[in-house]
Amino acid sequence: MVPAPIARLPWHVMILLFAIAAFGCVVLYSAAGGNIRPWASNQTVRFIIFTIMALTLARMPVSRFASLALPGYAVMLVALILVELIGGVRGGSQRWINLGFMQLQPSEFMKPMIVLAVAQFYARLPVGELRTWNAVWPALALIGIPWALVLVQPDLGTATMILAGGVTVMFLAGLPLRLFIGTALTVAAIIPIAFSFLHDYQQKRVLIFLDPESDPLGAGYHISQSKIAIGSGGVFGKGFLNGTQSHLDYLPEGHTDFVFATMAEEWGLAGGILLILAFMLLFRWGIRVALRTEDKFARLTAAGLITTVFFYVAINLMMVMGLAPVVGIPLPFMSYGGSSMLTVMLCIGIIMAIDRSGRQRRTDWG
Amino acid sequence: MKFRKAPRKTVTEASQTFSFTRRAMVLGGLQGGVGALLAARMTWISVAENEKYQLLAESNRVNLTLIPPRRGWIIDRHGRPIANNRTDFRVDIIPDRLADKDATVASLAKLLALAPEDVEKIHEQLEKAAGFQPVQVSDNLTYEQYAAVSVRLSELPGVAPSQGFSRFYPAGASVGHLIGYVGTASAEEYKERKDPLLITPGYKIGKDGLERSFDKALTGTPGAKRVEVTARGKIVRELTTRSDTPGKTLQLTIDAGLQEYAGRRLGTQSGSVVVIDCSNGDVLAMASMPSFDPNSFSDGIGSLEWEMLSQDDHVPLRNKALRGLYPPGSTVKPMVALALLEAGIPASDRVSCGGAMRVGNTLFHCHKRRGHGALDMRGAIAQSCDIYFYTMALRIGMEPIAAMARRLGMGQQFDLPFPSQSYGTVPDPAWKMKKYNEKWQAYDTVNATIGQGYMLANPLQLAVMAARLATGRMLTPNFLMGAKRTPAASLGASAEHLFTIREAMSAVVNGGGTGGAGRMTIPGVLLAGKTGTAQVRRITMAERRAGVRRDASLPFKLRDHALFQGFAPFDNPRYAVGCILEHGGHTIRNQDSAPIASDTLSYLFDPQKATEKLVELEKTWGGTPAERMAAQMAAFRVQKGLETALTPDQMNAANATVAAVANASTPSANESNAAEEQD
Repeated sequence: MVPAPIARLPWHVMILLFAIAAFGCVVLYSAAGGNIRPWASNQTVRFIIFTIMALTLARMPVSRFASLALPGYAVMLVALILVELIGGVRGGSQRWINLGFMQLQPSEFMKPMIVLAVAQFYARLPVGELRTWNAVWPALALIGIPWALVLVQPDLGTATMILAGGVTVMFLAGLPLRLFIGTALTVAAIIPIAFSFLHDYQQKRVLIFLDPESDPLGAGYHISQSKIAIGSGGVFGKGFLNGTQSHLDYLPEGHTDFVFATMAEEWGLAGGILLILAFMLLFRWGIRVALRTEDKFARLTAAGLITTVFFYVAINLMMVMGLAPVVGIPLPFMSYGGSSMLTVMLCIGIIMAIDRSGRQRRTDWG
Repeated sequence: MKFRKAPRKTVTEASQTFSFTRRAMVLGGLQGGVGALLAARMTWISVAENEKYQLLAESNRVNLTLIPPRRGWIIDRHGRPIANNRTDFRVDIIPDRLADKDATVASLAKLLALAPEDVEKIHEQLEKAAGFQPVQVSDNLTYEQYAAVSVRLSELPGVAPSQGFSRFYPAGASVGHLIGYVGTASAEEYKERKDPLLITPGYKIGKDGLERSFDKALTGTPGAKRVEVTARGKIVRELTTRSDTPGKTLQLTIDAGLQEYAGRRLGTQSGSVVVIDCSNGDVLAMASMPSFDPNSFSDGIGSLEWEMLSQDDHVPLRNKALRGLYPPGSTVKPMVALALLEAGIPASDRVSCGGAMRVGNTLFHCHKRRGHGALDMRGAIAQSCDIYFYTMALRIGMEPIAAMARRLGMGQQFDLPFPSQSYGTVPDPAWKMKKYNEKWQAYDTVNATIGQGYMLANPLQLAVMAARLATGRMLTPNFLMGAKRTPAASLGASAEHLFTIREAMSAVVNGGGTGGAGRMTIPGVLLAGKTGTAQVRRITMAERRAGVRRDASLPFKLRDHALFQGFAPFDNPRYAVGCILEHGGHTIRNQDSAPIASDTLSYLFDPQKATEKLVELEKTWGGTPAERMAAQMAAFRVQKGLETALTPDQMNAANATVAAVANASTPSANESNAAEEQD
């Protein structure tokens, strides 16, 4: 009854995405004071375009991504360096290159690209080499260079995500556990020492993050207001269009980075838990795709990319709930903005492609 | 290169796949764990801490503004307002809504005729101001100015005209010292009371006089307006409004008409008049002139006006009725006489006055150099003979005199609703020993009996003394209408003695005595009283030989104080009066203490006639106190070189008034030689 190509679309995950994005548009409608324009309408159009893009990607063979991984990585690295140079010439921080028809933000693309590149590296690495230094340093270089370039932009949030995405793939590739545990312990030991070397104002910033109420009008303002919005929502929220924190402008960035607080104020804990559950389902889908994939590159990529999306969600939610500093990581499908949605949809599209190839293989065998 | 300590573990495709599966599941588990953590965190914030954050959200959203309560009225004994509230029109600027700052301020300056210094002040405040905190452009506008701004509102975005209440004192300067004034609370006052009302725009507290003493009762309960505001302070809508409860009305025993009359009647003198109701001690008037206009104080006085007031040698900033201390001079003679009578000296005993007498090593003079001849008590009071009192006082000593002085209210601090009062001294041997560690001498007694030396009193005490002599009861002054009072105790003096004193005091005014100038023109009403002159300089023997210099020829600060205490009608006392003119010197007949006291009392019997007389007098003094103050201010500005913009006409007018004031206060114009006495 239903044509085969349509029936073969990954409907379950698409329905999940549609649900999250639709909810996002509803929240944006409220954030604009009960208005479709300007945010909800733009967001809808974007979502449709990027969904089509993701579905197109999903039809590509996985080998294409594998072969493009390292060249694509190189292109983005060059772009990152260019951005740095242009910024240096113009003075001030610069994150994008103007291509004429669009503004390219290479650090944003670097998030999925690092996963592809590191995954490709380990896919190509002979199994016997896995327990040697040769399995570590090239990956560290692949991650470290873009990480450092993004960190000096400065963009702590994106740099952290690049690092986390790459390290995740390293972890999945099967490097010895003690490397990760040792590094983690070392970092934990260094943090207090590093803290004492920070300037007073830097220490103050860190302390304010730890206790935002100590400076409610200054640096802690965003976090304080966000917590007030979430906390005052209660279990079932103040009701659609009834949020005071967002509508009276107390909540800064209520339609972008802090959209979750806008949502929580009106939909309460119930809305928040549902949204978190929806994201968890998405992550479960990604991990399961990875688990049932045989191809080394494909499974590393699938798990790495879904973890990248996970980092978006986790960092953003921790930020709005006062568990992480304000680092400017948007909430996928909810926050208004094009480039993050593009990145996330790239991730989803590639995972879909992996999913599709896996299914095909299984059907072939079956 | 291999990990040095790495165990020899062969990694195969299969083991790598197994490790991947395990690690991916761990990763998925971690993700689920973080998800659970986030859900738990959210539950904590929105359920456990819900109340706290709801409160915070409410305090964000709702802005509570206080509406200053209208201040209670102060009314006189007949219900006439002494202090009330006037509708006040004001214009503010809301900086955030300004479109073109300079143009808006410029057009406001034109509409409201603002002075350049005001415009500068507005610009200064606009620089500092942020957001929706209003910046005051001008208050106390006329309705026309208010309307002129209101109709142009569409062209003036960010300008907010509004209506409030401001304190108004209809009688102006004549109630300045009595009522005090109001003003915005100072930073210290706010620190002390921490009441947010104190920093609410438009709210003022009592700063002096009765306004300060009864501040609590006069302040009502503030109203409140709850409004929903955005983060930038923009008002979205009004939620609820509770209107204010005005303060209580305060009714005084003061007769507003008399108070104003007394203030005006003081003319160009630096002095004060106190009138007391003899039936119960109610204070009917307590004027101290010159004074300040409490209206201009309440609006925030200009620095120029302040400078002028504080430089004036007539000390307009001091409430002389309570805070001025003067040697009472001969006004204490009836009191001394009563002490003599009570001590058993008959009124008929005579003393022969030869113009001077020796006490110890010092020669004490009578004010009449040739002497009065033989005088009994009545004559001695009427003629204010010093020698009679020197002689008689030395007979009974200081103690009974000091005791009588205290019973008559001298040196007594009364329980009055004023921030401060100076209550003077009644000297006696014990006091002198304590204060100076010196023995009391005969000349101390001599000095005290004529109200000189250590003895000091304020004008209110003078009036109280008159009231007590008039009634024989220890009346205490009272300012609150209907206040609970214990009936005044008797002085303990015999009625016969009191009659003798009153009769002698009548002779001072009506029997050819020193107070003849104070005779009343009200049919059937005789004023009784006692004049006084208090020296502020020492007269040397050399000067005495050459002839004592007339006050008129002395600088203002060296002239004698002129005093009068008395009551009327003499045979049935209803009102008592005390009047002290600082450095009055008895130099101008119509501005001497006795006529001022007499005219002030006559207002109580025939207000119309008294006012007609006053209006005639004021023509020679340069107008009403308000007109004279305006002229003084204009002259001061000219002197300061500030008012070069005066037109020649204005200049002439100002000069003419100043000249008239000057004429009225120099005695050459109407030299009176009314120096009834000199001690």
